[in-house]
Amino acid sequence: MYKTEIRGKLISGDKSLGQISQDILRPIDAKTPRWWYAAMTMSLALFGWGLYCKYITVSQGIGTWGVNNTVAWGWEIVNFVWWIGIGHAGTAFSIFLLILRQKWRTAINRAAEAMTVVAVLCASLFPLLHMGRPWLFFFIFPYPNTRGPLWVNFNSPLFWDFVAISAYMLISASFWYFGMVPDFATIRDTTKSKIKKAIYGFFAFGWVGSSKEWLRYEGLSFVLGGIAAVLVVSVHSIVSTDFAVSVEPGWHTTIFPPYFVVGAIFSGFAMVLTLVTLMRKLYKMEDFITDSHVDAVCRILVFISLIMGTAYITEIFMAWYSGSEYEMYTFFKNRITGEYALQFWGMFTFNAIIPQLFWFKKVRSKLWVVFIISLLINWGMWFERFNIVVTSLSRDYLPANWAEYHPTWVEIGFFTGTIGMFAAGVLLFFRYIPMIAISEIKSVSKYDKPMPEPKIEHHD
Amino acid sequence: MKTYWRSLDELADPKEFRIKEARAEARQKSLLLKKENEANHPSRRDFLKTLGFSLAAASIAASCKRPIDKMIPYLIKPEEVTPGMANYYASTYYDGGDYCSVLVKVRDGRPIKIEGNSLSPVSQEGTSARVQASILNLYDGARYKSPMHSGAETSWKMADAEIIETLRKIQQENGKTVLLTSTIISPSTQAIIQQFLKKNPNTEWIQYDAVSASGMLVANEKSFGLNAIPDYRFDKAKLVVSFGADFLGTWLSPVEYTKNYTSARNLRDGQKEMLRHYQFESGMTLTGSNADVRFPVKPSEESGIVLALYNAIAKAKGAQTLTGASSAVDISGLAEELLANEGHSMVISGSNNENIQLLVNGINQLLGNYGPVISWDTPLQTRKGRDEAMNTLIAGLEGGKISALLVWGANPVFDHPKGKAIETAIKKLTLSVSFAERKDETAKACQYILPEPNYLESWGDFEPKSGILSLAQPTIAPLFNSRPVQETLLKWSGETLRYKQYIEEYWQANFFPQQNDFTDFRIFRNNTLQKGVFSVPKKNEVEYSANGLAEAGQKIPSAKTGIEIALYETVAIGNGKYGNNPWLQELPDPVAKISWDNFAAVPVAYAEENGLNNEDVITVNGMELPVFIQPGQAKDTISVALGYGRAHAGKVGEKIGKDVYPWVRLENGNRTYFVENASISKVEGKTFELAISQTHHSMEGRPIARETTLEDYIKNPSAGNELRKKHQAESVTLYEKMDFPGHHWGMAVDLNSCTGCGNCAIACQAENNIQVIGKEQVRNRRIMHWIRIDRYYSEKPENPAVSFQPVMCQHCDNAPCENVCPVAATPHSNEGLNQMVYNRCVGTKYCVNNCPYRVRRFNWFQYARNDKFDYNANNDLGLMVLNPDVTVRSRGVVEKCSMCVQRIQEKKQEAKLAGRKIEDGEIKTACAQSCPGNAIVFGDMNDPNSRISKLFKDERNYHLLEELHTLPSVGYLTKVRNNIV
Repeated sequence: MYKTEIRGKLISGDKSLGQISQDILRPIDAKTPRWWYAAMTMSLALFGWGLYCKYITVSQGIGTWGVNNTVAWGWEIVNFVWWIGIGHAGTAFSIFLLILRQKWRTAINRAAEAMTVVAVLCASLFPLLHMGRPWLFFFIFPYPNTRGPLWVNFNSPLFWDFVAISAYMLISASFWYFGMVPDFATIRDTTKSKIKKAIYGFFAFGWVGSSKEWLRYEGLSFVLGGIAAVLVVSVHSIVSTDFAVSVEPGWHTTIFPPYFVVGAIFSGFAMVLTLVTLMRKLYKMEDFITDSHVDAVCRILVFISLIMGTAYITEIFMAWYSGSEYEMYTFFKNRITGEYALQFWGMFTFNAIIPQLFWFKKVRSKLWVVFIISLLINWGMWFERFNIVVTSLSRDYLPANWAEYHPTWVEIGFFTGTIGMFAAGVLLFFRYIPMIAISEIKSVSKYDKPMPEPKIEHHD
Repeated sequence: MKTYWRSLDELADPKEFRIKEARAEARQKSLLLKKENEANHPSRRDFLKTLGFSLAAASIAASCKRPIDKMIPYLIKPEEVTPGMANYYASTYYDGGDYCSVLVKVRDGRPIKIEGNSLSPVSQEGTSARVQASILNLYDGARYKSPMHSGAETSWKMADAEIIETLRKIQQENGKTVLLTSTIISPSTQAIIQQFLKKNPNTEWIQYDAVSASGMLVANEKSFGLNAIPDYRFDKAKLVVSFGADFLGTWLSPVEYTKNYTSARNLRDGQKEMLRHYQFESGMTLTGSNADVRFPVKPSEESGIVLALYNAIAKAKGAQTLTGASSAVDISGLAEELLANEGHSMVISGSNNENIQLLVNGINQLLGNYGPVISWDTPLQTRKGRDEAMNTLIAGLEGGKISALLVWGANPVFDHPKGKAIETAIKKLTLSVSFAERKDETAKACQYILPEPNYLESWGDFEPKSGILSLAQPTIAPLFNSRPVQETLLKWSGETLRYKQYIEEYWQANFFPQQNDFTDFRIFRNNTLQKGVFSVPKKNEVEYSANGLAEAGQKIPSAKTGIEIALYETVAIGNGKYGNNPWLQELPDPVAKISWDNFAAVPVAYAEENGLNNEDVITVNGMELPVFIQPGQAKDTISVALGYGRAHAGKVGEKIGKDVYPWVRLENGNRTYFVENASISKVEGKTFELAISQTHHSMEGRPIARETTLEDYIKNPSAGNELRKKHQAESVTLYEKMDFPGHHWGMAVDLNSCTGCGNCAIACQAENNIQVIGKEQVRNRRIMHWIRIDRYYSEKPENPAVSFQPVMCQHCDNAPCENVCPVAATPHSNEGLNQMVYNRCVGTKYCVNNCPYRVRRFNWFQYARNDKFDYNANNDLGLMVLNPDVTVRSRGVVEKCSMCVQRIQEKKQEAKLAGRKIEDGEIKTACAQSCPGNAIVFGDMNDPNSRISKLFKDERNYHLLEELHTLPSVGYLTKVRNNIV
């Protein structure tokens, strides 16, 4: 049972159910704020620049990137894994906290799920366009064909990757959308604009809120949640096999699947924190996203950060324990003291050390500090992926092949383009979709009310 | 009469039915009529329809560029041409002093590949990177396409008439004509020139070598009375001491020397003895990097060391010692060793100073090396140019004493230190004619350019060593309007003989009588032409005289203080003649691993003292050069390569590097290839990008290129390779071993025979249509070569030991790349080949990452037919060099060594048609075929008697990164150094 005295209020302001609906829907009905237009323009500009870089990539070839015959995967894979990791949060949030009966998730899960969908979309661009011949991407589908039939290589982690990501994308998008149906119905019923009524009415699927509908709704959530719970674990473990199945020192590591999943949740939660702090400030959602919410996410982060630190040290220990000179070189020379040491120490500091500040209540309660740390964690997780992908590749078995890798403006533009795309997606979400799951948060509206005294009947 | 009816209607009322029928017919007719009317008088609607269609059609037709392919089938097919089957013709490559007997592979009328001719006693089936790349020169866009006069096209007839007239006038006015050629080794051409000289009595013939061996020729004339170079038999030597002679890379006859040198050092087939090699040099050359003992010395110190060595040996032999410059190195041990190997050693010097060469001759004479090891029976003919003749010519040109200059095969404007003066003088001449095949600086200055055909379009005969001859035959009709110079000279001498006919007559008169195998000249001719080579055994007794030796000690220069610049030829570009050849420009220097530029190689210590990094810029004697820190570069020296900075070479070759020929000094009239007292300063803040294709030089203690010493090897044949047994013992698997029922192809690379020359890389490039990617992409570490030569340094950076290791796809039987490809584009064949299916590849590059050898090459751009990569694959002419058996890869796919699968298939089919098994050694991959070191052996591992199976059982054999259990099909044999004194 949630103890308000210990963990703080889930909704402050002593709101009635009607008020809750009103408060959450206010931004959708209100006039679009100026800052939104400014932010949207910037995001679209970044996105447009990204599109131009993609055009260069597709029209001229990935030679326009900095990758080479030694480091054949660069920023594009770093960013892919990074976005996928971020895209982990939504579903992980909803599912794990659901399973763990953490009711405080209700204020945040919608935003987290929205983020997931946009992040996975951003992520999926990278593996598609990093192909030498992206127009033949369908070769990776296992479809019956006239070439033999020629099937894909079921042994290849890249194929598993494709299956895992597309399944994850499908399920998390459905999960997010179906969760919104009752809220769309609420907008439909409360809005005065005819256009909005029509549009939200369409997306609400004629929801009326009958008991039967709620029963089905719960059933569907349960089924999708069940599938998604598996996918949350599978998706990043499979992404990790892209590396773990190889022979590269620094990639060929059995710790990778859990390490990647935890890392993904770590970056995802950090991104959630970034978003909800913004949301809370920009839309004055302090009543719903209370200090206790922020506090809870911070606590989770400090815990995961410890796991991350353990994983990093385990990796290094295993490199030494393996006795393999190539492994030892990769970890001790190349990562810790090598050319890319900055990225290693950035990763270690941002992911394993700085989040330890969350042990202090003072830090957790300062929103701007929390915001900055959440950004640092995201940065640190980017460094982690850089460490794995680029640092390992740049110096592996034969020293004659060792080469440096530097990104070009095209790859950097591609990446910033996805940031623009992500920001634009999130801004659209802020503007047109209830940021907080109204129907779900209503279920916790009574949590901070004093419990009615249980009637104890005495049978003497 | 019976009533026949067609339908029930007709039966019921035949009349009514007929009326109906008639009406229907009339309606049909009227409709037809209407249609016809419409067709004749189109409506507005029809007009618009037509208009629309034609517009659409026109725009489609205009937007899709249809290539126009002209196909001309054989009306009567020549007997020897079978479409799809290659023919091989024996021929001879001779250019700029480099000689090689070759086989030319011709497919469907196009020469596409050069192979070594195994019958040649000189090149012995070997080639060099330059020989391999010479095929591309045939299809060079910078070739002159017709005779030209003052930059305008002219006809042969006009040119002949005008020139003959001018020559006659000059003759009348008692003017002087000079025929300047590179060294001519063709007996028939020499005869033609003599004939021409007789006809034009005021004409002088001067032979000129781009990089001079004049000092040696003068010394040999003094010591032996012969203007020639003796035959250095490295295979017969036990000890070689070289003073700056890069005999494996660029000195005189490197292919032959590499063949013989490696055979004297090869430890296969039970051989236990190895030639020992000392090298004194300034820069790290290919030869120095292969030496057992290397002394980095300043160029000016060489003379003192040679003198000291001479004195030490003279003293031991009781001969007169000489006074002169002192030695910077203690050579007493070396002298003792030379004395211990009397008659089996060889001392050589790359110096162009006749006095040093006299001392070297003296040393060899004292040691009794002439005869067994240095033979005068078959002296080398490929260098004849005497510097004093050239100096006289330049003086004559400058002094206006010469009226006409005919230049053939020489480019003194570029490669003579007085090039500028020569250029100015040529422009003032009454007549100047160049016979250049392709653009060069000298031709540009001449009035007439009368292009000669490429060697693959020509007939020819050659005598690289006296008594050893070879023939050349055309393998394609001349691509352009060219004419053999011999024919031109004949014409100007008043004869109209074809050169081919002349050769035949010449051979009939001169060489046919010297043999006894054939009685009919036609059969003799055909036979010789088919083999390509012909030898007349010769014995030559030469007397040594100590002529000039006594003064040599005093005359040699002494060592100087101050920084010296050593000028050298690179293995790829040589004297610069092939500057427009993109294959050679892109071939990384064997030691520095830099392509597309020359640079200032500075010693490690110097760089540290002066805060220099790679790619910084320094000013050397007023010229800005990029810095490359070269381990092994002698203290107080800087090496800079000749042959770069061509001003007029063609699209590819111009503006690459800096021209340092003007730095060549004339010391006592001899061209001297080093500069003393150089002034050097750093250009602060300026950098220059170099295309370095290997940036890490240490093996990091990993057992990659394994080595041992001869001493250890004799004690224990698996010395240096002890890990192999451990790895074999640890190599266990739960999985079933792959089954290779037929063949199982494998390759062995003997690191003890590989000199690192880079011939294999270019041979592979020619065979497998590998694209040139240019400087920027090489710098981006994207070089496409399927076989690369890794070069590692060990020990002290001021004089490191060097290891070379060619690495190509290892064709692992448990290949990491195969497993990770999502679209199964790289499967394993049942003959053990790791195959690449280009059509299936989508370019995820996972295989590139997962190859521990990093031999996979990604097509980062569309390299063929792309204006951004304007090399040979961007024009129709250059594309003619493509091997039709190999796909040209598109952008976005991965490629790598296929073990020349097209060659395997070809030989398999041949054997199948003949109903026999493939013999061992029948299939040769491109890299193995022409390797001048015989370092690469390809064969069937399933055949227990094959050479490869035997080599794989050799104690020296190991597989690269065997501990990864990739089960490679390529094995390496430990390098053995003979460096323990």
